[in-house]
Amino acid sequence: MSEDVLKINDLKVRYGGIEAVRGISFFVKKGEIVTLIGANGAGKSSTLRAISGLIKPAGGKVELEGEDITAKDSTTIVSKGLMMVPEGRRIFPNLSVLENLKIGAYLRNDDLEEDLNMVYGYFPRLKERSWQAGGTLSGGEQQMLAVGRALMGRPKLLMMDEPSLGLAPIVVQDIFEIIKRIHENGTTVLLIEQNANMALHVADRAYVIENGKISLEGTGKELLADEKVQAAYLGARG
Amino acid sequence: MGTLACGKVHIMEYVISVLLSGISVGGQYALIAIGYTLVYGILRLINFAHGDVFMVAGLLGIYLTATLPIPVSLPLVIVFTVLLGFTIERAAYKPLREAPRMSVMISAIGVSYLLQNTATYVTGGQPMTYPTIPFLSDTVNVAGTQTKWVVIITPFLVLILVTFLTMLINRTKVGMAMRAVSKDFETSRLMGIRINSVISVTFIIGSALAAVGSTLFFTNYPAITPMAGAMPGLKAFVAAVFGGIGSIPGAVIGAFIIGICETIIKGLPSNWDVSVFSDAFTFALLIVILAFKPQGLFGEAAADKV
Repeated sequence: MSEDVLKINDLKVRYGGIEAVRGISFFVKKGEIVTLIGANGAGKSSTLRAISGLIKPAGGKVELEGEDITAKDSTTIVSKGLMMVPEGRRIFPNLSVLENLKIGAYLRNDDLEEDLNMVYGYFPRLKERSWQAGGTLSGGEQQMLAVGRALMGRPKLLMMDEPSLGLAPIVVQDIFEIIKRIHENGTTVLLIEQNANMALHVADRAYVIENGKISLEGTGKELLADEKVQAAYLGARG
Repeated sequence: MGTLACGKVHIMEYVISVLLSGISVGGQYALIAIGYTLVYGILRLINFAHGDVFMVAGLLGIYLTATLPIPVSLPLVIVFTVLLGFTIERAAYKPLREAPRMSVMISAIGVSYLLQNTATYVTGGQPMTYPTIPFLSDTVNVAGTQTKWVVIITPFLVLILVTFLTMLINRTKVGMAMRAVSKDFETSRLMGIRINSVISVTFIIGSALAAVGSTLFFTNYPAITPMAGAMPGLKAFVAAVFGGIGSIPGAVIGAFIIGICETIIKGLPSNWDVSVFSDAFTFALLIVILAFKPQGLFGEAAADKV
Protein backbone atom coordinates (compact mmCIF):
# COMPACT_ATOMS: atom_id res chain seq x y z
CA MET A 1 0.00 0.00 0.00
CA SER A 2 2.21 2.83 -1.15
CA GLU A 3 -0.36 4.69 -3.19
CA ASP A 4 0.11 8.47 -3.30
CA VAL A 5 -2.95 10.28 -2.01
CA LEU A 6 -1.47 13.66 -2.76
CA LYS A 7 1.33 14.44 -5.16
CA ILE A 8 2.63 17.97 -5.61
CA ASN A 9 5.00 18.71 -8.43
CA ASP A 10 6.89 22.00 -8.77
CA LEU A 11 4.10 24.08 -7.23
CA LYS A 12 4.48 27.83 -7.51
CA VAL A 13 2.38 30.58 -5.91
CA ARG A 14 2.76 34.25 -6.68
CA TYR A 15 1.17 37.31 -5.04
CA GLY A 16 1.64 40.20 -7.42
CA GLY A 17 5.37 40.23 -8.05
CA ILE A 18 6.28 38.24 -4.95
CA GLU A 19 6.86 34.53 -5.33
CA ALA A 20 5.74 32.98 -2.05
CA VAL A 21 6.12 29.35 -3.15
CA ARG A 22 8.98 28.72 -5.55
CA GLY A 23 8.63 25.24 -6.95
CA ILE A 24 7.72 22.81 -4.18
CA SER A 25 7.40 19.06 -4.74
CA PHE A 26 6.27 16.50 -2.19
CA PHE A 27 3.90 13.61 -1.73
CA VAL A 28 1.66 12.07 0.92
CA LYS A 29 1.05 8.32 0.86
CA LYS A 30 -2.14 6.68 1.96
CA GLY A 31 -2.32 6.32 5.75
CA GLU A 32 0.60 8.64 6.39
CA ILE A 33 0.84 11.73 8.49
CA VAL A 34 3.13 14.21 6.81
CA THR A 35 4.09 17.59 8.15
CA LEU A 36 5.40 20.75 6.55
CA ILE A 37 7.33 22.84 9.04
CA GLY A 38 8.92 26.23 8.61
CA ALA A 39 9.01 29.75 9.91
CA ASN A 40 6.27 32.31 9.54
CA GLY A 41 6.09 33.44 5.92
CA ALA A 42 8.05 30.48 4.55
CA GLY A 43 5.18 29.61 2.20
CA LYS A 44 3.42 26.82 4.13
CA SER A 45 -0.03 28.34 4.20
CA SER A 46 0.21 29.48 0.57
CA THR A 47 0.97 25.87 -0.38
CA LEU A 48 -2.16 24.65 1.41
CA ARG A 49 -4.31 27.39 -0.04
CA ALA A 50 -3.16 26.55 -3.54
CA ILE A 51 -3.86 22.84 -3.00
CA SER A 52 -7.37 23.51 -1.69
CA GLY A 53 -8.29 25.81 -4.57
CA LEU A 54 -8.56 29.05 -2.58
CA ILE A 55 -5.83 30.59 -4.72
CA LYS A 56 -4.70 29.69 -8.22
CA PRO A 57 -1.14 28.41 -8.37
CA ALA A 58 1.21 30.20 -10.77
CA GLY A 59 2.62 26.88 -11.90
CA GLY A 60 3.04 23.22 -11.08
CA LYS A 61 0.73 20.31 -10.65
CA VAL A 62 -1.48 18.99 -7.83
CA GLU A 63 -2.74 15.41 -8.03
CA LEU A 64 -5.23 13.77 -5.67
CA GLU A 65 -5.20 9.98 -6.02
CA GLY A 66 -3.69 10.34 -9.47
CA GLU A 67 -6.28 12.85 -10.65
CA ASP A 68 -5.15 16.32 -11.69
CA ILE A 69 -6.91 18.87 -9.46
CA THR A 70 -4.61 21.82 -10.18
CA ALA A 71 -6.51 25.12 -10.08
CA LYS A 72 -9.92 23.40 -9.88
CA ASP A 73 -12.56 25.30 -7.92
CA SER A 74 -12.78 24.51 -4.24
CA THR A 75 -16.20 22.82 -4.52
CA THR A 76 -14.76 20.27 -6.95
CA ILE A 77 -11.71 19.73 -4.77
CA VAL A 78 -13.84 19.17 -1.65
CA SER A 79 -16.05 16.76 -3.61
CA LYS A 80 -12.93 14.71 -4.44
CA GLY A 81 -12.32 14.21 -0.73
CA LEU A 82 -9.90 16.89 0.34
CA MET A 83 -10.91 18.69 3.53
CA MET A 84 -9.08 21.49 5.28
CA VAL A 85 -8.95 22.74 8.85
CA PRO A 86 -8.13 26.38 8.16
CA GLU A 87 -5.70 28.50 10.11
CA GLY A 88 -7.40 30.32 12.98
CA ARG A 89 -10.13 27.61 13.15
CA ARG A 90 -12.68 29.70 11.27
CA ILE A 91 -15.73 27.95 12.68
CA PHE A 92 -19.05 29.64 11.86
CA PRO A 93 -19.84 31.60 15.05
CA ASN A 94 -23.52 32.09 14.14
CA LEU A 95 -24.18 28.41 13.46
CA SER A 96 -24.79 25.89 16.23
CA VAL A 97 -22.10 23.31 16.99
CA LEU A 98 -24.24 20.65 15.31
CA GLU A 99 -24.73 22.84 12.22
CA ASN A 100 -21.00 23.52 12.07
CA LEU A 101 -20.48 19.76 11.92
CA LYS A 102 -23.23 19.24 9.36
CA ILE A 103 -21.84 21.92 7.10
CA GLY A 104 -18.60 19.94 6.88
CA ALA A 105 -20.69 17.30 5.12
CA TYR A 106 -22.34 19.87 2.86
CA LEU A 107 -21.70 17.98 -0.37
CA ARG A 108 -22.85 14.65 1.06
CA ASN A 109 -26.45 13.55 0.74
CA ASP A 110 -26.28 10.33 2.79
CA ASP A 111 -27.00 9.75 6.47
CA LEU A 112 -24.69 11.63 8.81
CA GLU A 113 -25.55 9.83 12.05
CA GLU A 114 -22.55 7.49 12.02
CA ASP A 115 -20.08 10.29 11.33
CA LEU A 116 -21.62 12.53 13.99
CA ASN A 117 -21.18 9.73 16.51
CA MET A 118 -17.57 9.28 15.42
CA VAL A 119 -16.86 13.01 15.90
CA TYR A 120 -18.68 13.05 19.25
CA GLY A 121 -16.55 10.03 20.18
CA TYR A 122 -13.39 12.06 19.60
CA PHE A 123 -14.81 15.18 21.19
CA PRO A 124 -17.47 14.40 23.81
CA ARG A 125 -17.62 18.08 24.75
CA LEU A 126 -19.01 18.94 21.33
CA LYS A 127 -21.94 16.62 21.96
CA GLU A 128 -22.74 18.35 25.25
CA ARG A 129 -22.69 21.70 23.46
CA SER A 130 -24.28 20.67 20.19
CA TRP A 131 -27.03 23.32 20.47
CA GLN A 132 -24.74 26.16 21.48
CA ALA A 133 -23.64 28.73 18.92
CA GLY A 134 -20.13 27.96 17.66
CA GLY A 135 -18.97 31.43 18.65
CA THR A 136 -19.61 30.73 22.35
CA LEU A 137 -17.01 27.92 22.53
CA SER A 138 -13.51 28.38 23.95
CA GLY A 139 -10.52 28.48 21.60
CA GLY A 140 -9.64 24.84 22.20
CA GLU A 141 -13.23 23.73 21.72
CA GLN A 142 -13.43 25.73 18.50
CA GLN A 143 -10.33 23.95 17.22
CA MET A 144 -11.95 20.60 18.04
CA LEU A 145 -15.05 21.76 16.20
CA ALA A 146 -12.98 22.77 13.17
CA VAL A 147 -11.32 19.33 13.13
CA GLY A 148 -14.66 17.55 13.61
CA ARG A 149 -16.22 19.64 10.85
CA ALA A 150 -13.50 18.57 8.41
CA LEU A 151 -13.88 14.91 9.43
CA MET A 152 -17.59 15.09 8.58
CA GLY A 153 -16.58 15.40 4.93
CA ARG A 154 -15.02 11.89 5.12
CA PRO A 155 -11.72 13.19 3.79
CA LYS A 156 -9.29 11.08 1.79
CA LEU A 157 -6.80 13.68 2.91
CA LEU A 158 -7.21 15.94 5.93
CA MET A 159 -5.16 19.12 5.73
CA MET A 160 -4.56 21.12 8.89
CA ASP A 161 -3.15 24.62 8.89
CA GLU A 162 -1.51 25.50 12.22
CA PRO A 163 -3.95 23.69 14.53
CA SER A 164 -1.91 24.66 17.60
CA LEU A 165 -1.86 28.38 16.89
CA GLY A 166 -3.01 30.53 19.78
CA LEU A 167 -3.89 27.64 22.08
CA ALA A 168 -2.68 26.97 25.62
CA PRO A 169 0.09 24.30 25.79
CA ILE A 170 -2.15 21.80 27.55
CA VAL A 171 -4.82 22.22 24.86
CA VAL A 172 -2.16 21.84 22.16
CA GLN A 173 -1.29 18.45 23.65
CA ASP A 174 -4.94 17.42 23.51
CA ILE A 175 -5.16 18.46 19.88
CA PHE A 176 -2.08 16.46 18.93
CA GLU A 177 -3.40 13.43 20.80
CA ILE A 178 -6.54 13.68 18.68
CA ILE A 179 -4.53 14.07 15.48
CA LYS A 180 -2.68 10.86 16.37
CA ARG A 181 -5.94 9.00 17.05
CA ILE A 182 -7.55 10.24 13.84
CA HIS A 183 -4.48 9.08 11.96
CA GLU A 184 -4.47 5.68 13.70
CA ASN A 185 -8.07 5.23 12.63
CA GLY A 186 -7.02 5.45 9.00
CA THR A 187 -7.18 9.11 7.99
CA THR A 188 -4.31 10.46 5.92
CA VAL A 189 -3.12 13.80 7.30
CA LEU A 190 -1.09 16.70 5.93
CA LEU A 191 -0.16 18.92 8.86
CA ILE A 192 1.30 22.38 8.72
CA GLU A 193 2.89 23.63 11.91
CA GLN A 194 5.15 26.22 13.43
CA ASN A 195 5.28 24.04 16.51
CA ALA A 196 7.93 21.82 14.92
CA ASN A 197 8.60 19.80 18.04
CA MET A 198 5.02 18.55 18.36
CA ALA A 199 4.61 18.10 14.62
CA LEU A 200 7.78 16.06 14.14
CA HIS A 201 6.85 13.78 17.02
CA VAL A 202 3.57 12.73 15.42
CA ALA A 203 4.70 12.76 11.78
CA ASP A 204 5.78 9.79 9.68
CA ARG A 205 7.63 12.08 7.33
CA ALA A 206 8.35 15.80 7.26
CA TYR A 207 9.49 18.55 4.95
CA VAL A 208 11.14 21.80 5.99
CA ILE A 209 10.15 24.83 3.94
CA GLU A 210 12.39 27.88 3.76
CA ASN A 211 11.78 30.89 1.53
CA GLY A 212 9.27 29.06 -0.59
CA LYS A 213 11.42 25.98 -1.23
CA ILE A 214 11.89 22.64 0.46
CA SER A 215 15.28 22.67 2.17
CA LEU A 216 15.16 19.37 4.03
CA GLU A 217 13.11 16.21 4.15
CA GLY A 218 13.10 12.98 6.08
CA THR A 219 11.20 10.99 8.66
CA GLY A 220 9.98 12.79 11.75
CA LYS A 221 12.70 11.14 13.81
CA GLU A 222 15.47 12.04 11.37
CA LEU A 223 14.52 15.68 11.37
CA LEU A 224 14.18 15.76 15.15
CA ALA A 225 17.78 14.58 15.30
CA ASP A 226 19.01 16.99 12.62
CA GLU A 227 21.26 19.72 13.99
CA LYS A 228 20.07 22.42 11.61
CA VAL A 229 16.46 21.67 12.43
CA GLN A 230 17.24 21.67 16.14
CA ALA A 231 18.95 25.04 15.89
CA ALA A 232 16.36 26.72 13.70
CA TYR A 233 13.05 25.20 14.79
CA LEU A 234 13.40 23.33 18.04
CA GLY A 235 15.03 26.07 20.07
CA ALA A 236 18.04 23.87 20.99
CA ARG A 237 21.06 25.76 22.22
CA GLY A 238 23.90 25.46 19.76
CA MET B 1 -74.01 64.10 25.48
CA GLY B 2 -75.19 62.66 22.18
CA THR B 3 -72.74 64.64 20.08
CA LEU B 4 -69.84 63.65 22.32
CA ALA B 5 -70.57 59.94 21.91
CA CYS B 6 -70.90 60.47 18.21
CA GLY B 7 -67.46 62.19 18.20
CA LYS B 8 -65.93 59.24 20.04
CA VAL B 9 -67.26 56.83 17.45
CA HIS B 10 -65.76 58.96 14.69
CA ILE B 11 -62.40 59.04 16.44
CA MET B 12 -62.44 55.26 16.89
CA GLU B 13 -63.25 54.73 13.23
CA TYR B 14 -60.54 57.19 12.31
CA VAL B 15 -57.91 55.48 14.49
CA ILE B 16 -58.84 52.07 13.12
CA SER B 17 -58.61 53.21 9.53
CA VAL B 18 -55.24 54.89 10.10
CA LEU B 19 -53.89 51.80 11.87
CA LEU B 20 -55.19 49.47 9.17
CA SER B 21 -53.61 51.37 6.34
CA GLY B 22 -50.41 51.91 8.37
CA ILE B 23 -50.04 48.18 8.97
CA SER B 24 -50.74 47.52 5.33
CA VAL B 25 -48.21 50.05 4.01
CA GLY B 26 -45.72 48.72 6.57
CA GLY B 27 -46.26 45.19 5.29
CA GLN B 28 -45.58 46.31 1.74
CA TYR B 29 -42.38 48.06 2.84
CA ALA B 30 -41.45 44.88 4.71
CA LEU B 31 -41.56 42.81 1.53
CA ILE B 32 -39.12 45.22 -0.12
CA ALA B 33 -36.99 45.63 3.01
CA ILE B 34 -36.29 41.89 3.22
CA GLY B 35 -34.61 42.09 -0.19
CA TYR B 36 -32.29 44.84 1.05
CA THR B 37 -31.46 43.11 4.29
CA LEU B 38 -30.83 39.65 2.77
CA VAL B 39 -28.44 41.00 0.16
CA TYR B 40 -26.68 43.19 2.70
CA GLY B 41 -26.36 40.23 5.06
CA ILE B 42 -24.47 38.22 2.45
CA LEU B 43 -22.65 40.75 0.28
CA ARG B 44 -22.48 43.78 2.61
CA LEU B 45 -23.94 45.59 -0.40
CA ILE B 46 -26.72 48.16 -0.35
CA ASN B 47 -28.49 47.13 -3.51
CA PHE B 48 -29.66 50.53 -4.76
CA ALA B 49 -31.36 48.91 -7.73
CA HIS B 50 -33.80 46.99 -5.52
CA GLY B 51 -36.44 49.76 -5.40
CA ASP B 52 -36.31 49.96 -9.20
CA VAL B 53 -36.70 46.20 -9.52
CA PHE B 54 -39.86 46.74 -7.46
CA MET B 55 -40.99 49.45 -9.93
CA VAL B 56 -40.29 47.18 -12.91
CA ALA B 57 -42.38 44.47 -11.22
CA GLY B 58 -45.21 47.02 -11.12
CA LEU B 59 -44.84 47.77 -14.84
CA LEU B 60 -44.70 44.05 -15.61
CA GLY B 61 -47.97 43.76 -13.71
CA ILE B 62 -49.53 46.39 -15.99
CA TYR B 63 -48.28 44.90 -19.26
CA LEU B 64 -48.88 41.27 -18.40
CA THR B 65 -52.38 41.70 -16.99
CA ALA B 66 -53.29 43.63 -20.17
CA THR B 67 -52.68 40.54 -22.31
CA LEU B 68 -53.05 37.56 -20.00
CA PRO B 69 -55.65 36.51 -17.42
CA ILE B 70 -54.75 37.43 -13.84
CA PRO B 71 -54.11 33.88 -12.53
CA VAL B 72 -51.43 33.54 -15.22
CA SER B 73 -50.06 37.06 -15.29
CA LEU B 74 -49.42 37.57 -11.57
CA PRO B 75 -47.25 34.44 -11.19
CA LEU B 76 -45.47 35.48 -14.40
CA VAL B 77 -44.71 38.87 -12.82
CA ILE B 78 -42.91 37.01 -10.03
CA VAL B 79 -41.02 34.81 -12.51
CA PHE B 80 -39.83 37.74 -14.64
CA THR B 81 -38.89 39.85 -11.60
CA VAL B 82 -36.85 36.95 -10.24
CA LEU B 83 -35.12 36.62 -13.61
CA LEU B 84 -34.38 40.35 -13.57
CA GLY B 85 -32.89 40.21 -10.04
CA PHE B 86 -30.84 37.14 -10.91
CA THR B 87 -29.52 38.72 -14.13
CA ILE B 88 -28.61 41.99 -12.41
CA GLU B 89 -26.53 40.10 -9.85
CA ARG B 90 -24.74 38.00 -12.48
CA ALA B 91 -24.10 40.88 -14.86
CA ALA B 92 -23.42 43.85 -12.58
CA TYR B 93 -22.27 42.51 -9.18
CA LYS B 94 -20.64 39.12 -9.70
CA PRO B 95 -17.82 40.41 -11.94
CA LEU B 96 -16.92 42.79 -9.09
CA ARG B 97 -16.78 40.12 -6.38
CA GLU B 98 -13.12 40.82 -5.57
CA ALA B 99 -13.41 44.59 -6.11
CA PRO B 100 -13.78 47.10 -3.25
CA ARG B 101 -17.30 47.36 -1.89
CA MET B 102 -17.59 50.94 -3.14
CA SER B 103 -17.25 49.74 -6.75
CA VAL B 104 -20.14 47.31 -6.36
CA MET B 105 -22.23 50.08 -4.83
CA ILE B 106 -21.56 52.34 -7.81
CA SER B 107 -22.51 49.46 -10.09
CA ALA B 108 -25.79 49.20 -8.16
CA ILE B 109 -26.46 52.92 -8.64
CA GLY B 110 -25.77 52.42 -12.36
CA VAL B 111 -28.26 49.56 -12.57
CA SER B 112 -30.81 51.70 -10.74
CA TYR B 113 -30.58 54.43 -13.41
CA LEU B 114 -30.55 51.89 -16.21
CA LEU B 115 -33.86 50.49 -14.96
CA GLN B 116 -35.40 53.95 -14.51
CA ASN B 117 -34.29 55.11 -17.96
CA THR B 118 -35.46 51.92 -19.61
CA ALA B 119 -38.82 52.36 -17.89
CA THR B 120 -39.01 55.93 -19.21
CA TYR B 121 -38.18 54.67 -22.70
CA VAL B 122 -40.80 51.93 -22.61
CA THR B 123 -43.61 53.95 -21.02
CA GLY B 124 -42.74 57.25 -22.72
CA GLY B 125 -42.54 58.75 -19.22
CA GLN B 126 -46.33 58.68 -18.89
CA PRO B 127 -47.78 57.56 -15.54
CA MET B 128 -49.17 54.09 -16.14
CA THR B 129 -52.40 53.00 -14.49
CA TYR B 130 -52.15 49.86 -12.41
CA PRO B 131 -54.95 47.43 -13.22
CA THR B 132 -57.78 46.72 -10.83
CA ILE B 133 -57.13 43.29 -9.46
CA PRO B 134 -60.41 41.61 -8.54
CA PHE B 135 -60.78 40.81 -4.85
CA LEU B 136 -57.66 42.80 -3.81
CA SER B 137 -59.32 46.03 -4.94
CA ASP B 138 -62.78 45.13 -3.64
CA THR B 139 -63.94 47.09 -0.64
CA VAL B 140 -64.74 45.62 2.74
CA ASN B 141 -66.22 46.99 5.96
CA VAL B 142 -64.05 46.69 9.06
CA ALA B 143 -65.33 48.08 12.36
CA GLY B 144 -67.33 50.69 10.56
CA THR B 145 -64.61 51.82 8.14
CA GLN B 146 -64.49 51.14 4.42
CA THR B 147 -61.25 49.75 3.11
CA LYS B 148 -59.86 47.57 0.33
CA TRP B 149 -59.23 43.86 0.82
CA VAL B 150 -55.56 44.38 0.04
CA VAL B 151 -55.22 46.37 3.28
CA ILE B 152 -56.56 43.45 5.29
CA ILE B 153 -54.65 40.76 3.45
CA THR B 154 -51.22 42.41 3.37
CA PRO B 155 -50.16 41.89 7.01
CA PHE B 156 -51.29 38.24 6.98
CA LEU B 157 -49.55 37.53 3.69
CA VAL B 158 -46.39 39.19 5.01
CA LEU B 159 -46.50 37.07 8.17
CA ILE B 160 -46.94 33.86 6.16
CA LEU B 161 -44.10 34.73 3.77
CA VAL B 162 -41.78 35.77 6.60
CA THR B 163 -42.54 32.54 8.49
CA PHE B 164 -41.66 30.50 5.42
CA LEU B 165 -38.51 32.51 4.82
CA THR B 166 -37.40 32.14 8.45
CA MET B 167 -37.94 28.40 8.24
CA LEU B 168 -36.00 28.25 4.99
CA ILE B 169 -33.08 30.08 6.56
CA ASN B 170 -33.06 28.26 9.90
CA ARG B 171 -34.10 24.74 8.96
CA THR B 172 -32.84 23.93 5.46
CA LYS B 173 -29.44 23.16 4.01
CA VAL B 174 -29.61 26.16 1.66
CA GLY B 175 -30.50 28.35 4.62
CA MET B 176 -27.56 26.99 6.60
CA ALA B 177 -25.29 27.75 3.65
CA MET B 178 -26.71 31.30 3.47
CA ARG B 179 -25.91 31.87 7.13
CA ALA B 180 -22.42 30.42 6.69
CA VAL B 181 -21.66 32.49 3.60
CA SER B 182 -22.89 35.63 5.36
CA LYS B 183 -20.11 35.16 7.93
CA ASP B 184 -17.18 33.79 5.96
CA PHE B 185 -16.83 33.36 2.18
CA GLU B 186 -13.53 31.56 2.24
CA THR B 187 -14.36 28.95 4.86
CA SER B 188 -17.70 28.36 3.14
CA ARG B 189 -15.73 27.53 -0.01
CA LEU B 190 -13.64 25.06 1.99
CA MET B 191 -16.88 23.28 2.92
CA GLY B 192 -17.67 22.87 -0.78
CA ILE B 193 -20.40 25.54 -0.80
CA ARG B 194 -20.81 27.28 -4.15
CA ILE B 195 -20.80 30.91 -3.03
CA ASN B 196 -22.25 32.24 -6.27
CA SER B 197 -25.25 29.91 -6.12
CA VAL B 198 -26.00 30.99 -2.56
CA ILE B 199 -25.76 34.66 -3.54
CA SER B 200 -28.10 34.03 -6.48
CA VAL B 201 -30.61 32.42 -4.11
CA THR B 202 -30.70 35.57 -1.97
CA PHE B 203 -31.35 37.74 -5.03
CA ILE B 204 -34.07 35.34 -6.18
CA ILE B 205 -35.84 35.46 -2.81
CA GLY B 206 -35.50 39.25 -2.55
CA SER B 207 -36.87 39.81 -6.06
CA ALA B 208 -39.76 37.41 -5.59
CA LEU B 209 -40.84 39.21 -2.40
CA ALA B 210 -40.49 42.60 -4.13
CA ALA B 211 -42.76 41.30 -6.93
CA VAL B 212 -45.43 40.25 -4.42
CA GLY B 213 -44.99 43.62 -2.68
CA SER B 214 -45.46 45.49 -5.95
CA THR B 215 -48.86 43.94 -6.59
CA LEU B 216 -50.03 44.86 -3.09
CA PHE B 217 -48.49 48.34 -3.12
CA PHE B 218 -49.57 49.51 -6.56
CA THR B 219 -53.12 48.26 -6.05
CA ASN B 220 -53.39 51.14 -3.58
CA TYR B 221 -51.34 53.62 -5.65
CA PRO B 222 -52.83 53.38 -9.09
CA ALA B 223 -50.17 55.23 -11.14
CA ILE B 224 -46.64 53.99 -11.82
CA THR B 225 -43.92 56.31 -13.09
CA PRO B 226 -40.28 55.34 -13.70
CA MET B 227 -39.50 56.95 -10.32
CA ALA B 228 -42.22 55.02 -8.51
CA GLY B 229 -39.73 52.59 -6.98
CA ALA B 230 -37.41 55.21 -5.54
CA MET B 231 -39.43 56.38 -2.53
CA PRO B 232 -40.84 53.02 -1.37
CA GLY B 233 -37.38 51.55 -1.98
CA LEU B 234 -35.73 54.21 0.13
CA LYS B 235 -38.28 53.81 2.93
CA ALA B 236 -37.85 50.05 2.88
CA PHE B 237 -34.11 50.56 3.07
CA VAL B 238 -34.61 52.88 6.05
CA ALA B 239 -36.80 50.18 7.61
CA ALA B 240 -34.03 47.62 7.12
CA VAL B 241 -31.43 49.89 8.73
CA PHE B 242 -33.86 50.83 11.48
CA GLY B 243 -34.46 47.17 12.34
CA GLY B 244 -30.75 46.35 12.10
CA ILE B 245 -29.54 45.65 8.59
CA GLY B 246 -28.96 41.96 7.98
CA SER B 247 -31.79 40.92 10.32
CA ILE B 248 -35.05 39.71 8.80
CA PRO B 249 -37.27 40.21 11.87
CA GLY B 250 -35.63 43.64 12.21
CA ALA B 251 -36.54 44.60 8.65
CA VAL B 252 -40.14 43.45 9.11
CA ILE B 253 -40.69 45.21 12.43
CA GLY B 254 -38.87 48.32 11.20
CA ALA B 255 -41.12 48.40 8.13
CA PHE B 256 -44.30 48.10 10.19
CA ILE B 257 -43.18 50.90 12.54
CA ILE B 258 -42.32 53.21 9.64
CA GLY B 259 -45.54 52.40 7.79
CA ILE B 260 -47.67 53.10 10.86
CA CYS B 261 -45.84 56.33 11.83
CA GLU B 262 -46.05 57.63 8.29
CA THR B 263 -49.79 56.97 8.03
CA ILE B 264 -50.43 58.58 11.42
CA ILE B 265 -48.69 61.79 10.33
CA LYS B 266 -50.44 61.80 6.98
CA GLY B 267 -53.74 61.33 8.82
CA LEU B 268 -53.35 64.23 11.30
CA PRO B 269 -55.95 67.02 10.93
CA SER B 270 -55.25 68.91 7.75
CA ASN B 271 -55.35 72.34 9.46
CA TRP B 272 -52.17 71.33 11.37
CA ASP B 273 -50.33 71.32 8.07
CA VAL B 274 -47.88 68.55 8.99
CA SER B 275 -48.80 65.79 6.57
CA VAL B 276 -46.38 67.06 3.91
CA PHE B 277 -43.57 66.35 6.38
CA SER B 278 -44.31 62.64 6.70
CA ASP B 279 -41.26 61.60 4.64
CA ALA B 280 -38.97 63.98 6.52
CA PHE B 281 -40.32 62.52 9.74
CA THR B 282 -39.45 59.00 8.60
CA PHE B 283 -35.83 59.98 8.23
CA ALA B 284 -35.78 62.02 11.43
CA LEU B 285 -37.00 58.92 13.23
CA LEU B 286 -34.16 56.93 11.70
CA ILE B 287 -31.59 59.46 12.87
CA VAL B 288 -32.94 59.46 16.41
CA ILE B 289 -32.97 55.66 16.66
CA LEU B 290 -29.51 55.30 15.19
CA ALA B 291 -28.14 57.94 17.56
CA PHE B 292 -29.15 55.72 20.49
CA LYS B 293 -28.80 52.30 18.85
CA PRO B 294 -26.32 52.55 15.97
CA GLN B 295 -26.75 48.89 15.02
CA GLY B 296 -30.55 49.23 14.75
CA LEU B 297 -33.19 47.40 16.75
CA PHE B 298 -32.03 43.82 16.06
CA GLY B 299 -28.63 44.38 14.47
CA GLU B 300 -25.50 42.70 15.69
CA ALA B 301 -22.79 44.80 17.25
CA ALA B 302 -19.92 45.22 14.81
CA ALA B 303 -17.45 43.79 17.33
CA ASP B 304 -19.10 40.38 17.00
CA LYS B 305 -16.64 39.09 14.34
CA VAL B 306 -14.59 36.26 15.79
